[in-house]
Parts: sequence; structure tokens; C-alpha cells
Amino acid sequence: MSLLEFARGPAIHASLIILVAGIFLRLLGVLVLTRGADLSRPRDAFGNFKGYRTVFSRAWPSSEFTTTTIYQTVMAYVFHISTLLVVVAIVPHIEFITSLTGLSWPGLPNFIGVALGTIALASLIALILRRLSNPAVYNSTLGDYVTWIIVALPLLTGLMAFAHVGLRYETMLALHILSAALLFAYMPFSKLMHAFWFIFSRAQSGLAYAHKGVRI
Amino acid sequence: MAYEATFGDVLRSQGVSRRAFLKFCSTTASLLALPAGTATAMAEALSETRRPSVIWLSFQECTGCTEALTRSHAPTIENLMFNFISLDYHHTLQAAAGEAAEHAREEAERENAGKYLVLVDGSVPMLEYCSTVAGISNKAMLEDACTNAAAVINIGTCSAYGGIPVAKPNPTQAVPVGHIIKDKPIVNVPGCPPMPLAITGVIAQYLTLGKLPELDHLGRPVAFFGENIHDRCYRRPFYDRGQFAETFDDEGARKGWCLYKLGCKAPVTYNACAHLKWNNGVSFPIQSGHGCLGCSEPGFWDMGGVYESVATGKFGDGTRLGAAALAGAALGAGAAVLARRKKAHVHEEDAG
Ligand code: SF4
Ligand code: SF4
Repeated sequence: MSLLEFARGPAIHASLIILVAGIFLRLLGVLVLTRGADLSRPRDAFGNFKGYRTVFSRAWPSSEFTTTTIYQTVMAYVFHISTLLVVVAIVPHIEFITSLTGLSWPGLPNFIGVALGTIALASLIALILRRLSNPAVYNSTLGDYVTWIIVALPLLTGLMAFAHVGLRYETMLALHILSAALLFAYMPFSKLMHAFWFIFSRAQSGLAYAHKGVRI
Repeated sequence: MAYEATFGDVLRSQGVSRRAFLKFCSTTASLLALPAGTATAMAEALSETRRPSVIWLSFQECTGCTEALTRSHAPTIENLMFNFISLDYHHTLQAAAGEAAEHAREEAERENAGKYLVLVDGSVPMLEYCSTVAGISNKAMLEDACTNAAAVINIGTCSAYGGIPVAKPNPTQAVPVGHIIKDKPIVNVPGCPPMPLAITGVIAQYLTLGKLPELDHLGRPVAFFGENIHDRCYRRPFYDRGQFAETFDDEGARKGWCLYKLGCKAPVTYNACAHLKWNNGVSFPIQSGHGCLGCSEPGFWDMGGVYESVATGKFGDGTRLGAAALAGAALGAGAAVLARRKKAHVHEEDAG
């Protein structure tokens, strides 16, 4: 079995199984634990509504913090949007998703894919540089760096494979798929679960504050 | 002793001009990346060559490789050379039959011990009764023929990597030649069929320079298999622009757009099709509108459907993923319920 056969066969399959099982395990494992409703009378009758609104309103820092956080906010947006586009809008990825789900949609031209991947990687580097230069702010753990590497690898190998540079294409493609497999398997058990948690945690804070009448 | 014709005699008798022959030699020399000036030397040496002894063994194969070499319209130098070298023993082409044929092989092996080449097309079944010639199993014949051979050249993907006979479920337990012969230099010239020029190029180099070409990690001559077809494909600009044919008769197909979505395997295939082309440089599969099958790569028949793109995952359907979702959900909910109970229990104890 060649490396590519291993990567796009058992490796990616196993990682997807871990990803799906892991996401459900973590989601239910935490959501089933939630406390019952707060029985006290809410100070704000629109508490629930405001709670849900927080999911969106917290997508940008409050004006007081804009200046201090502008760098990482912008970089994080650039990173998340370009990564998302690369994941769902380049043709090889669409082909993979189609083979799994039967769904398909038009893709972006490859040169735009390369540009987006480069932007994603550059913004990820910009973010780690800030983390490294502000240890006191971030209080990083080893896990943060491991996560950064696991996220950066598929971008790097994907760009190299896509642009046909580095090792032979089939090897780069295999490494790319393997790095994605690593990301999939790691995702549910790491901070990357914020892809799901952000909705619940924002809503939860919004609800709690609104219930107590805090202006949000 | 009867006069043995040289290759030059053969060419002259077939009316091949010296000019055409020199052209063939310089193409071959430049493809093999041999230094300038080698072409003339190669032409001299080749035309002086007397028939080298070549034993051509055909095992589990479809004869397509032989066909590719011999059935071109005009008598090309490739097939003249092929006729010239393959007179001792070739299952399909030799005049002799039955025991006489087997004697010819044994005699050639004895007379040219240490000097002859063994060319093989077809894979070798480990269930030996699945393929025999004159009552001799393929494996036994291969081992016997290779004992005193100078080198082995695998013609086609079946002898090089197993090819179609090895495709799942491999009912004959077929293996490529390299699994059986370990102590001889082996050159793989894969393809289904291989490019005629690649076959003759390897042989011409061996006949004139007495050495085998530089090989890649899969035992293929770098000169012919060093380049990725996708890197050489004239449809590559459409790939880069994201213009793909979606079906074989849509507008994209008519405009000659990239065939990636229609299953073209060229991005993971190394062969000379895109620059040497087939039928004396007329065309090649992608040019005629069909994606590459990856025929010069190991395991090409099991690389997924012909029309499945390179990016497709190779693990069947998503059933297991659905099961994983259910299992994960059950496990997560179960763990949470247990944790709640435990917490309630602790509360009770605290209260009591
Ligand atoms: S047709 Fe095949 S080889 Fe040519 S550019 Fe498209 S994918 Fe590459
Ligand atoms: S284009 Fe691909 S499948 Fe066709 S002959 Fe060349 S290597 Fe084989």
C-alpha cells in the first residue's frame, strides 16, 4: 500500500470517524450536563432574546477594546475566513466532499485558492508571532503550540501540493491528507472545539447577564 | 557459419533511410539525456549490432504490450528493432511451436549464458496451475530463464507491478516479476501498454552502451518516467483557471477544458505520454478527450473508479461515519448522565 493509498483510504476514514464521534461525544457530554433554568424572575424580560443576540454581538470586541485588540481581531478574521474558503471552495476539496455526501457546488479558480491558502498561513503566522511576543497576555500552554502546528500543517502541505512544489505530487498530497487526518482526529479533544462551543458559550453568557439585568 | 544480419542490414532491407535512422537515434539519445554526439555513435553501434539474444516471456497478459509495439501502421524503427531482437523466443511471434519452441529457448539460454536479456510481459501467478506454457508454470519458467540472464526488462505494468491480474481480488495470487527475481538488474517499463519508444529506448541504450538506464524509486527509467503528466499537460492552464469539463459532452469538454473532475489520474502519474505522445506523436489519451488512467503506476487498477477524481476518499460510503455519530452521542450523553448522578449523590451526602 502506497502512502497515498493509506492516506486517502484508512487514515482519512479513521480520522473522520474519530472526528464525528468525538464532536457528538463532546457536545452531548457537556450539553446534557447543563443546569436547569434559573428560577428567579429575570430582571430583563427580553433576556433570552438578548442572550441569542450576544452570539453575534460578541463577534467584534466592544468599542473600549477596539484599539488594543485590533491586530488579533483582524488577523483572526482574515485567518478564519480564508481558511473556511479554502476548505469548502477549492475544487479538490469539493470533489472530496462530493464523494462523501453527494453534494456539490462550483469551486474557485486554483490561483485564488493558492492566494487564499497563502493568506491563511500568513495570518496564522502573524497570530503566533503576537502570542510569542506577549507571553504574559496569552499565558500559553504546550497544547496551544501543538494546536497551532496541527492547524498550520494542512495549510502548508496543501499549498505545496496544490502548487506542485516540494516533494513529488503524490507524496505531498498524501502528506496533506495525513495532516488533515491528524487535524480531524485532534479537533474534538482540543481548543479547536471552539468551532462549536463559541455559540453555546456566548449564548450562555448573554443569557446569564441578561437575566441579571446587566447591560450587554 | 551463416552470415547473421546486423540491425543496419534489417533497416536497409526495409527501406529505412539513414536520415530517418539518425533521427531515431538522436531522439532516443536526447530522451535518455545522453551527451551530444552520442546519437551518431549510437547509430554506428546499433547498425553494426548483430542480433542480441532476447527471450521474451509472456505470462498473465493480454498481448496489448506486444500489439502496441508491432501494430503501428508504418514499419517504424521501433517495431523493426523489436522484430530484430525478439527472434529467439516470443510466445506470440515466433514461428516455432510446441517442443521446438521450448528447445529454442533452452538453446538460446545456454549459448548466450550471462549475455541475454529476458523481457517479460504479464504477471506471474503464485497459484502456479493458473498459467502454464508447455506444461511449465510461469514461475518455474521465469526462474529458469533468469538464471543466466544479464538483466530483466519488464514490459508493461503487469510484469512490472502486477497490473490488472493483481487487481482485487487477485484470484490467481499474481505477483510482479520483481517479487520472484531478486538477484538480477530489473528495469520496469510500465504502461498499459507501455510507450514503444520507452521500450526501444531502454533496449537501444543497452545494445549500444552496454548499460541500463538510470531508474527511479519504482525501477522505471527516469528518462521516460521522470515527469508528471499533469505537469506536462497542455490542458493545465484550464486546471489552473478552474475550468473543468463536467461530462464528456458538455461545453467544457468541447472546448478542451481540464479533465480532473472526470477522473484524470495524471496528477499522480509519471509517464511520457504528454510530451512524446502515441502513434508517432499524433496524440495521447488526454488530447483525445479522456482522462489518464494512471496506467504506469503500481496498483492503478485499484486506485478507485476510472471516473473518480484524484481527490476522492477511498473508503466506500459514509455508513461508518453515521454509526460513529450515534456511538459518540450515546457515549457523551451516557457520560454526562453518570456525572449528573454522581453530582446529585454528592449533594445528597452533603445535605444528609
Ligand atoms: S487533463 Fe489531467 S493532466 Fe491535464 S491538466 Fe487536467 S488533471 Fe492535469
Ligand atoms: S495517459 Fe495515463 S493511462 Fe493513458 S497511456 Fe498515458 S499513463 Fe497510461
